[in-house]
Amino acid sequence: MISLSHYLIVGALLFCTSIAGIFINRKNVIVLLMCIELMLLAVNINFVAFSQYLGVLDGQVFVFFILTVAAAESAIGLAILVVLFRNRRTINVEELDTMRG
Amino acid sequence: MTITLALFYLFATVTVGAGLGVIGARNPVHAALFLVLTFVSASGLFVLLQAEFLAMALIVVYVGAVMVLFLFVVMMLNVKTDPLNEGYAHYLPVGLLVAGIMAFELLSILGFKYFGLDKYSMPTHLAGDYSNTKAIGSLLFTKYVYPFEIASVVLLVAAIAAVALTLRKRSGVKIQNPSEQVLATKAGRLKIVSVASSSPQTDAVEVQS
Repeated sequence: MISLSHYLIVGALLFCTSIAGIFINRKNVIVLLMCIELMLLAVNINFVAFSQYLGVLDGQVFVFFILTVAAAESAIGLAILVVLFRNRRTINVEELDTMRG
Repeated sequence: MTITLALFYLFATVTVGAGLGVIGARNPVHAALFLVLTFVSASGLFVLLQAEFLAMALIVVYVGAVMVLFLFVVMMLNVKTDPLNEGYAHYLPVGLLVAGIMAFELLSILGFKYFGLDKYSMPTHLAGDYSNTKAIGSLLFTKYVYPFEIASVVLLVAAIAAVALTLRKRSGVKIQNPSEQVLATKAGRLKIVSVASSSPQTDAVEVQS
């Protein structure tokens, strides 16, 4: 039978995958935003699993709010990305060093 | 092995594998499509956890809206993919090191010793007429109604901010201004000047007078 540990391990592996993705993809801001979405998905899996195994429905309501905030975050992030590309003609992370002291 | 366990392993493998595809894909379009696959299989995991509403919301909100937005931006920016992947091998060791340490630490805690079936038993199989959507809705509109309103304000602010960030005025482009067109009146456009006729006879008369 499936235990709570199964779901938590899937969430942990997904979270570590997205951490590695943030380290590896230092050149493309779009992939960094995708990695953040992946992290939020890993957190959501944990929330739903705990909600179901503890028999409390509040965890699923929290997942609902996380979905809302993630949608808002990606909309604003992509808007900033479009403005950035319009001004600098690049989305390479290493070339965006104007504010370096 | 029961059918649910087999389905769990299928969805879990596809979720983690597609997550690896997201971070490994050279082309951002491929990465976005791998992310769609991750979300779809994660919603399969949600269905296994008897959370049908969130599974459907994940597909509608993420696959239907957010990922389409991502694909739209990726294709609109039209970034050259080749120079963006030069430092791939350079950062690979440190990324794998950090992720490996973190995975080891998490897996040592989250194993079957502390979260196994003897600690947390299987959730009760809900009846056929049980509605997950109804239960979440009644909780959302009673206990969590105030956070729900705040969430709607967050979405409104995000929509306005996205429009305000990307709106721009170009100079040197000929555009129509409808309010200016509507407000145009006869007095503003038409000017009647009385021009003295310039025949030689009248000129002579004026000079005489």
